Amino acid sequence: MSDEDARGRLPDDSDIEVDDRPGGRSVHLRASFLALVFAGGVLGTAAREALSLAFPTGDGIPYAIFGINVLGAFLLGLLLEALVRRGTDHGGRRAVRLFFGTGVLGGFTTYSALATDAAALIGRGEVLSGVGYGLMTVLIGAAATFAGIVVGAATHRSEAR
Amino acid sequence: MSPLVFAALALAGGAGAVCRFVLDGIVRSRVRARLPIGTILINVTGSLLLGLVVGAVSAGLLPHEVQLIVGVGFLGGYTTFSTASFETVRLVQERRWLGALMNGLGVIVVATAAAGLGLWIGSSLATA
Repeated sequence: MSDEDARGRLPDDSDIEVDDRPGGRSVHLRASFLALVFAGGVLGTAAREALSLAFPTGDGIPYAIFGINVLGAFLLGLLLEALVRRGTDHGGRRAVRLFFGTGVLGGFTTYSALATDAAALIGRGEVLSGVGYGLMTVLIGAAATFAGIVVGAATHRSEAR
Repeated sequence: MSPLVFAALALAGGAGAVCRFVLDGIVRSRVRARLPIGTILINVTGSLLLGLVVGAVSAGLLPHEVQLIVGVGFLGGYTTFSTASFETVRLVQERRWLGALMNGLGVIVVATAAAGLGLWIGSSLATA
């Protein structure tokens, strides 16, 4: 099997399995995987709160959460692209994806704080700030994910050289 | 914040991440959809619940620690921006423009509305 064949395709949803064996227990129910996601989630959430405390919200716009979400979006794109270029989603690669991707970066980034802060800004009459905060996070976040995928692909090329 | 509350907040985030992982897996194994509805469902429900918690705390119905542990911790770990953004970019890469637009801009509008509804319900519980 060539190196090309060994590569999986990028999953549509990073949080689930694309190639589970039929009859096997689903990946989301296996205790070892739950433990990986839990441990990663604890670390990611702690890092998010530590950064939020270090950079308090100034004028109603939570810049710490904005930066966290954009950085996390970049890192998840990088991680998943780098993993998928190194082979299928099994063994160590799967453990890395669940710990860092689903756990750490899932716990680090947050959607509920984004939506609630945007809603609170709009509710206070700061409509432009609220709408701008929500839209900018989604747009810059998508650009960051795309940049992460490009960098993830580049790390593989430089290794293969 | 006391070290104990910080530790509880972080552990709650881990529990939230596990709930997201399990719920997304269940939705994925039962529903075939063109949009990543597991993540959408998680982010919209988490936003509604955080709005409720923040609204109830600001109305003085719940102690501030509940907002830190349940809101920032559990619901922060339960919802995710990185996966949502990744799934939007996947839709763009597949040239499913409408899906990408719905998953990117549609979900932030719906989640913000859900959070606003939660804030409103939570804060009006005090006067009820």
